[in-house]
Amino acid sequence: VGGVIHPIPPGTRDILPDEMRELRRLHLAIVEVFEGRGYGEVATPAIEYDEVLARGDGRSANGAYRFFDERGETLALRSDMTVPIARLVASRYASAEPPLRFCYLANAYRAVQPQRGQMREFAQAGVELIGAPAPEGTAEVVEVLEATLEAAGLNRAVIGLGDADLYRQLLTEFGVEGQARDSILERLAMHDLVGVETELAALEGISDEQCATCLALSQLRGGKEVLEEAKELGGEVVGRATARIGETFEALEARGAAGRVQIDLGLLRDLGYYSGAILEVYDPALGHVLGGGGRYDGLLKRFGLDLPAAGFALYMERVHIAQTEDESKEGAPK
Amino acid sequence: VTEVAGMGRAKAEGPLKVAVPRGALFEDTLDVLDRAGIDTAEVRGESRALIFPGTEITLVTMRPSDVPTYVEAGAADVGITGKDVLLEQSERMVYELIDLDFGRCRMVLAGRRGDESLGEAQRRLGMMRIATKYPRIAERHFEATGRQVEVIEVKGSVELAPLVGLADGIVDLVATGRTLEENDLEVREEIVTCTARFVANRVSHKLRSREVDDLTGRLREAVSG
Repeated sequence: VGGVIHPIPPGTRDILPDEMRELRRLHLAIVEVFEGRGYGEVATPAIEYDEVLARGDGRSANGAYRFFDERGETLALRSDMTVPIARLVASRYASAEPPLRFCYLANAYRAVQPQRGQMREFAQAGVELIGAPAPEGTAEVVEVLEATLEAAGLNRAVIGLGDADLYRQLLTEFGVEGQARDSILERLAMHDLVGVETELAALEGISDEQCATCLALSQLRGGKEVLEEAKELGGEVVGRATARIGETFEALEARGAAGRVQIDLGLLRDLGYYSGAILEVYDPALGHVLGGGGRYDGLLKRFGLDLPAAGFALYMERVHIAQTEDESKEGAPK
Repeated sequence: VTEVAGMGRAKAEGPLKVAVPRGALFEDTLDVLDRAGIDTAEVRGESRALIFPGTEITLVTMRPSDVPTYVEAGAADVGITGKDVLLEQSERMVYELIDLDFGRCRMVLAGRRGDESLGEAQRRLGMMRIATKYPRIAERHFEATGRQVEVIEVKGSVELAPLVGLADGIVDLVATGRTLEENDLEVREEIVTCTARFVANRVSHKLRSREVDDLTGRLREAVSG
């Protein structure tokens, strides 16, 4: 009791020794998996030039913290590690023989509305595989993700595998372009399927059947059989997307790493730089997504190095909560 | 063991937890659940319990505005609430799966009948004072239509605000329009029409897909049939 309260900003927190010990164990176990698979750990500055971060992803830079240095340059806190690592690779490894493998365990910052498990400063652990194209590059990343989840003791976790280009291309195939298309994609990324249906129905020149295809695809998730179901919905774009997902899935099967993977044609992450495969991670112990990732084959090019890339990031606070829940469940008497 | 408040889920297995809104949407929600083959007899009874366990489905009753909170955190797997609530809490990440087509209301801008203070304030001061229980919907609407307003959040009967001079107008949800009429207010603009929606937690939608899809299908039939 007593003492003066000195506040810290909303969305940040102190971590005390009991939790820190548990987190440290988790961090070590995870970095060991990464290093064991040839992913070298890197660190980059938490603050970068705003212009450089925005080159990677103009949209995610919207929510970033910005300020000026003594020369009047605009600085920003990084909102993830993928963009800083793309910058690092393009400026330091441009002539290195790909593929390149990097991992990180670092804090990132987003000016989100703080709520449970949604902090403004948060720790992420992840890998970046640069110069290895789909499907093998994607499969390697998923394999590392699987080993990471196992090392964290999350035996019930599931990895959703989808395709970032599916809806963008499908809407183009249906003749939906420009603002209408962006608006529908945003609704999909927000998971507002009623809104998608309403906006599609309001468009001229789109048939009921095309509208139904869009909505049905967004609900297709499960094993390999959903690829067949998707193909039956038809269309060249759907065919290409299911072929891409199918190739990745087969590459995973060949590595014996498809066990936790749920194919999900409804996946759409809102980070601007994804192309091709996208990933999301779930655990039954938690109502929030544990992390995600996928391919961003166009990202390095924005920094002047045209290499395909893929990776994932896990929110460490959430992984820790899921781990704790799972352990307490296993320890509990039946 | 430290835990971020509300992050953990009480139970990931067992019956699917359905958040049921008490209040204006309550009766229609129970009716549509009945038509979807879910027993609601106990909820309809005199019991003051909040949780009604079943073998396949457990009903959890709460305020409509709490439904997105519980569903986003996964404390309820799915739920029913009004579009007005979802719009006001648009940062909550939940799947919006079905328009259940009941509880139809309009979100409107209203002012005193025959009184031009709304337009007057806008013209003379370039600024209106708007009282509302939906500050985010109101702010978005005026921003989108290029007008500056001072949004005043109130919790109770918002109709009072223009009558005693707290505000020039109100943004509120209107079903029949009778309350507006009784208070000498009239609709000036319609912002959006709201109905009840069926929503799902992001993780439950993936990890309990069979059950969520099954209930979605039954509700869809109950609505269209």
